[in-house]
Amino acid sequence: MKRKTHPALIAFTVLTFFFLLGPLVVILGSALSDTPFLTFPPQGLTLHWFQNIFEISAFTRTMGTSFMLAVGGTALSMLIGIPAAYALARYRVELPSFLGNVFVLPILIPEIVLGFSLMKSLASGLGTPIMATLLVGHALLVLPYCVRVVGASLNSFDFSIEEAAVSLGCPRWRAFFTVVLPNIRAGIIAGFILAFITSLNDVSISIFLTGPGVSTLPIQLLAHMEQFFDPTIAAVSVLLMGVTVAVMAVVERTLGLTFLTK
Amino acid sequence: MSHRMQAWLLAAPATLLVFVFLGLPVLSTLAMTFADPKGPLASYAAFFNSGFRMTVLWRTMEVALTTTILSVGIGFVVAWVVARAPSRLKSLLIIAAVFPLLTGVVVRAFAWLVILGKNGILNSFLLWIGAITEPLSMLYTQGSVIVAMVYLFVPLMILTLVGVLEGIPQDLTDAAASLGATPAAAFRQVVLPMAVPGLIVGSVLVFTGSFTSYATPQLLGGERQMMMGTFLYQRAMVTFDWLGASTIAAVMVVVTLATVLLMSRLARKLNPVAG
Repeated sequence: MKRKTHPALIAFTVLTFFFLLGPLVVILGSALSDTPFLTFPPQGLTLHWFQNIFEISAFTRTMGTSFMLAVGGTALSMLIGIPAAYALARYRVELPSFLGNVFVLPILIPEIVLGFSLMKSLASGLGTPIMATLLVGHALLVLPYCVRVVGASLNSFDFSIEEAAVSLGCPRWRAFFTVVLPNIRAGIIAGFILAFITSLNDVSISIFLTGPGVSTLPIQLLAHMEQFFDPTIAAVSVLLMGVTVAVMAVVERTLGLTFLTK
Repeated sequence: MSHRMQAWLLAAPATLLVFVFLGLPVLSTLAMTFADPKGPLASYAAFFNSGFRMTVLWRTMEVALTTTILSVGIGFVVAWVVARAPSRLKSLLIIAAVFPLLTGVVVRAFAWLVILGKNGILNSFLLWIGAITEPLSMLYTQGSVIVAMVYLFVPLMILTLVGVLEGIPQDLTDAAASLGATPAAAFRQVVLPMAVPGLIVGSVLVFTGSFTSYATPQLLGGERQMMMGTFLYQRAMVTFDWLGASTIAAVMVVVTLATVLLMSRLARKLNPVAG
């Protein structure tokens, strides 16, 4: 017995998706429009704003910083997050149960409070270099994603395979690299990608830690937007949306996007 | 080496990162609020006695609560339709919800600047069709902040609820119907109670997310619609009042943790399965 969904609900859903995707189409229109303000009805098209991105050095420089920070922060977080996720999944009895929650703390504590506290204690209190403080902040920010996503992969991993390798004489560290790691590869890739995009888009932590000479792309965009309206911002936004599309394609290939609804 | 030792060694680097670079700095911020030279609770007295600070707190509460209610309403209906859509269409709709979610907050706030601005596309459209003769000022109002926040959080709500609603077997509503329940009664007595845990998780995410947001209120609300996040930044980086900023941070932490704890208790109480 299958009941039809009420037409009013379907109409509402269509409108909601229009609401969700419309603004992104507006950005695309704004980036391609040859008028500085997007007017209705639309005028001619141009790629001038895209070209403009590469003429504003603040954008190209912060793009590089953001990219390095996202790769570095995520790599650092994975490097310590994978062993932690492994320990949590493998040694359930030996570790206290609260430990799993410790790695979720960066989500629980408001990001902006974390940014402020890092600025106060590290950058200002200890005088740590800007880039190092940013790296620590971003590694913390993405740690929950690394531990949770890799952990989800490990929870469906059958540890008796690893035991089999060990009992046949394979050293434990080698069993980890040749047996465990290849089996959780999808989780690592997906976790890396989600963490990367989170770090790339971060505002609340970076806003306190960027300083003279060092800034990230979102912070630069924010500062630019507050001062004047420039369609170059729309062009940068379109580039960022391109990154999102690439990321979604990778997640779809590795885990399937339905993974995100679980 | 014992198993316990091994386990701790593997978990140690990540645990240390959290304790040293999150635990200590945040605790030091919280400790600072009690170190006011005027007395241990003076900074809180100053916060709760200041009309301006309380206005910011209540405004933030109001915006976060409105955003949560709207996101739950919209998200529930859409998730319901998406969960029952044929599988090809369903994956397409999920992709359409994930895409904005993975796009950065700055980009998404910028879209609303382009739409709602004085020279924005909405004004331009309304002038063109002759509905208005003068451009409306829609930015820097509570409304513009709420619209952009709902925009920010509806995808999150949809994705959370699709997972939950998909898990409710059709057989259950069919059984209710065959036992004489009207569709409305089946929805209220079967579907809704099973969706409660998901609704609570989603609401907590949206409420805490909007309560602590920075970029959206900064761009769409500006000085006039200051919220806790923008207020904290202003105190810390513009007026360099770190004690004041720490007090704002402490209030944010308390509200966030209290919401999470209360709602997870509520979830446990209402969950028909776990009891």
